[in-house]
Parts: sequence; C-alpha cells; structure tokens
Amino acid sequence: MKCITFAGNKSYIKHHTSSMFTVIGIMFLGIGLGYTLRRQSLSWINKAITGLIWLLLFLLGIEVGHNEQIIRSLPTLGMEAFVIALVCVLGSCLAAWGLWKHVNGRKEAKP
Amino acid sequence: MKGSLIIVSFFALGVLCGVFNWIPSDWLSGDLSFYALCGLMFSVGLSIGHDPQTVQNFRSLNPRLMLLPVCTILGTLSAAALISLFFSHRTLPECMAVGSGFGYYSLSSIFITEYKGAELGTVALLSNIAREIMTLLCAPLMVRWFGNLAPISSGGATTMDTTLPIITQCAGQRFVIVSIFHGFVVDFSVPFLVTFFCSI
Repeated sequence: MKCITFAGNKSYIKHHTSSMFTVIGIMFLGIGLGYTLRRQSLSWINKAITGLIWLLLFLLGIEVGHNEQIIRSLPTLGMEAFVIALVCVLGSCLAAWGLWKHVNGRKEAKP
Repeated sequence: MKGSLIIVSFFALGVLCGVFNWIPSDWLSGDLSFYALCGLMFSVGLSIGHDPQTVQNFRSLNPRLMLLPVCTILGTLSAAALISLFFSHRTLPECMAVGSGFGYYSLSSIFITEYKGAELGTVALLSNIAREIMTLLCAPLMVRWFGNLAPISSGGATTMDTTLPIITQCAGQRFVIVSIFHGFVVDFSVPFLVTFFCSI
C-alpha cells in the first residue's frame, strides 16, 4: 500500500524512506494513544481498519486500470506474474514451516 | 474468506473505474493513498495499544521468531531462482528481482521498470499484487498446511499494514508483533535487494 510517485529515482527513495518512517511513527503514536485510552471502548477501530483497506485496494485498482499498457498485456504477463508469485509464496511458506517446526520442536511456541 | 473476497472486489471495482475513466485521474496525483495508509496505520496502532495483552506479547517475543524475515527472504529467493530455470526468456537475476518485491508492488515495479524496462516492471507489479491477494485469500489454508507463521512469510512486506488483519484473524492475535516486526524488516530490504538483482 505505497503511493506511487514518479519522481526521479534517487529522490523517490529518499521520499519513500522518510514517508516510511512517518507511517511507522504514526503507528507508534496510535499505540501510545490506544494504551492511554485502554479503559475506553474502541469498538469502531476494526471497522475503520477494514474501510481503509477497502479504500487502499480500490485506489490501487484505479492505478492499474488507468495504465493502458498494463491492461493490454494483462493476459500474457499476468500468467507469468501469477506463476512467479505462486512459487515464491510456496517457497516462503516452506521456509516458515521449517522455522515453525524448529521453534515448536525445542519447547512450547512462545511468539 | 468473505472479508478477503470483498477486498478483492474493491480492487476489481477500482480497475473498472480506471479502465472506463469513471474516476478522474487527478485522484491519483494527490496523496490520498498516503493519507489513507497513515490512517490505517494509526488505527492499527490504536487497536494494538488498546489491547495491553499485545504489549505483553511484545516483551515475550521469542528471539527465534526474529529469524522469520530471513526465512521469508531465503525461501522466496530460492523459489524465484528455481522458477527461472523454467522461463527460458527470463534470466536468473530478473526472476529474483521480481521475487524480491515481497508484495511491495509499487516500489519494486518502479525500480524494475527503471533498470530493466516496463515489461518486467509490469510483471513485477502484477506478481507482487498477486502475492498480496494470494495471502489475503489463502491465509486460512496456509495456517492449516504450513503452520501459523506461513501467512506472515507469504505476506512479505505487507504484513505490517494490509495483510495484518487477515494474519491476526487466521494465525491469532498473539502473532501481531511478529507480523509487524517481519513486515518492517522485509519492507526495508526491498529497495536494496531489487536494486542488487537488477544490477547483476
């Protein structure tokens, strides 16, 4: 969920790194405020999270839909992309499974 | 599962809006998605801080689970190297560059477009979107087949924002700290790894 900025490469990296820390800083701000308000009911929070994820994926969809080049080559490149993604997901799942076995093998899992 | 399908529907609706120009393109030139992301992370922070049990879990984070980002990176890159053997038109570093997006589609596709051209950039964008969607859709199956850490590994760089709610639903609330830690480390590795594989 990162906003695309078609600036020069170097300035983009700089922009990205600073905005990444902004985002993480904002999260820690939320943690602090949430901890202060832990006696109050914040039942709306999960609804807000779900709504924002819907918005972010909707915006990504618009981005893809606006790019004619991507839409035109979608079938061929899409298949290739799907295979790479599937294999990478399986590879990382296997590695995670190995670590899960290793952690559980020693003693009770304590994440 | 129902939640993930709604999420994918919102993406599909966005694609339709983009293709048929139902939404003016200057929506994208603004920083709307950045502010939405900030709002999302603030809300995620609120829900973490609001539940003191989570803070308790942070103290008792198993040091071995800090190896999870390393497992994700090694597992993904080995798999990408393996698949390059079956793609005669793609070189080994090209496949590994696409794989090292870890679901971080926007940054990885910009880098790859810059170094290797728009075609591989498009593959990187689609592949990493697919990785995020696969994680959203298949997280329950991954927990069943590969254990509770699998959806975190599969989510790659997205496990501290978009896939975090699915992961905590499927693997359990006690994995929220591992997930955020994992997302942070993998996210940070993306620009370095993608640049590295594009330059060799």
